[in-house]
Amino acid sequence: MKKSIDIDDMVQRLLAGDRRAAARLITLVEDGMEKSHEVMKRVYPHTGQAMILGITGSGGVGKSTLTDQLIHKLRKQGKTVGVVVVDPSSPFSGGAFLGDRIRLQSHSQDDGVYVRSMASRGYLGGLSRSTYDVIRIIEAMGMEVIIVETLGAGQDEVDVIHIAHTCLLVLTPGMGDDIQAMKAGIMEIADIIVLNKADLQGANTSLRHLQSTLSVASLKGKEWIPPIIQTVSVASKAENIQGIDELTAAIARHHEYLQKTKVIDQIKFERVEQELGLIFKDELQKLIFKGLKGTGKKKKYINSIIEARADPYSVVEEVLNTYLVPRQ
Amino acid sequence: MVKRTEQRIKVLVTKVGLDGHDRGIKVVASMLKEAGMEVLYLGMYQTPESIVRAAIDEDVDVIGLSYLSGEHLIFTPKIVEEMKKNGLEDILLIAGGTFPAEDIPTMEKMGIDKVFRAGTLTDEFVQYIVGNLKR
Repeated sequence: MKKSIDIDDMVQRLLAGDRRAAARLITLVEDGMEKSHEVMKRVYPHTGQAMILGITGSGGVGKSTLTDQLIHKLRKQGKTVGVVVVDPSSPFSGGAFLGDRIRLQSHSQDDGVYVRSMASRGYLGGLSRSTYDVIRIIEAMGMEVIIVETLGAGQDEVDVIHIAHTCLLVLTPGMGDDIQAMKAGIMEIADIIVLNKADLQGANTSLRHLQSTLSVASLKGKEWIPPIIQTVSVASKAENIQGIDELTAAIARHHEYLQKTKVIDQIKFERVEQELGLIFKDELQKLIFKGLKGTGKKKKYINSIIEARADPYSVVEEVLNTYLVPRQ
Repeated sequence: MVKRTEQRIKVLVTKVGLDGHDRGIKVVASMLKEAGMEVLYLGMYQTPESIVRAAIDEDVDVIGLSYLSGEHLIFTPKIVEEMKKNGLEDILLIAGGTFPAEDIPTMEKMGIDKVFRAGTLTDEFVQYIVGNLKR
């Protein structure tokens, strides 16, 4: 009884913009506590209004420093900003080294910025399982723009596309030729391509490779052709930071495009569809294993598969037919 | 308050003030990671305010301070005060590094829960953290 009162109280504080309440609720959801469903039921009605920006790219390309620059620009425009940064969990110890916030500390005294670092906790796809819910909590807190930075992704970590309205892919010079860029996967999720560290040697060659790859894509008759923005997100002097205005303008243009063409509605639909699928998967698995618990059947099923008397597909079919399909 | 079932320990490690020695803290951060903890590394040149803000936003269980420049008696009370001001009494505060042994009782009196000196074995501080969480 007492616990549910606490949750109501914490959600009330969250809606009033209390960062401690937000932080606590995020931990609850991250740890997958039973109460997290109750939290999300209360949080959900207060979400859906924020603009969500995804930033992905390999480790070391400058995602965090770009995020830092973008926050400065967005704050100048008077927008409040929430940031979720994901770093990988160790597959061996389960521990993680969360090293993105260190680039974002210049905002540490700005009440209009909330930053949360998360470990992926074994979830593949460049994010963590609870990222969907964490974004909702930060939205409910009142942040107008939410930047989601994936862990250093390689070629196929594209989950961010299911969460973000606008996806930035960050590349640097010298990451390979146009053949790399032509492979399926990460290039295709980009709404905006950022060529960071554009002051490095080889930037022009990389730019040409990217342009030629994209010119092929443009033949497919797509309405939105990803612009390539050259940036320098770190420099010893502030005046040597480059391309951030152009990048902010490109983000605004994409935002307008989404609204005008109603593509935003489709993105929101797909996001909820994905979210729903994930929850169904989790809950069904829990339900089925719970149903089998104590019957000794789970062990029997597993052993029959090991001993090649059955296969996992038949077992799943049998279990689903027994427990889930209503009898005619 | 809500209790955690699957406890994941989140530790903020950082250095405060103009202290440019980060070799030790990086080693400690790696050890904590290998012990299964989620380590939020804030790096050098932090202020009491920036540390406390990060601790709030990130909902950490532990703050670990590294001192090697002789500023431990100056910054410790400021950090403790900032934590109190923000109601962070449920965060475990530990410190490590190089400083005179006779300063340890003073630091602990100032509000650090446990002080470790150079040469401490990994098991010792990991065991301490696991056994002394305040929430």
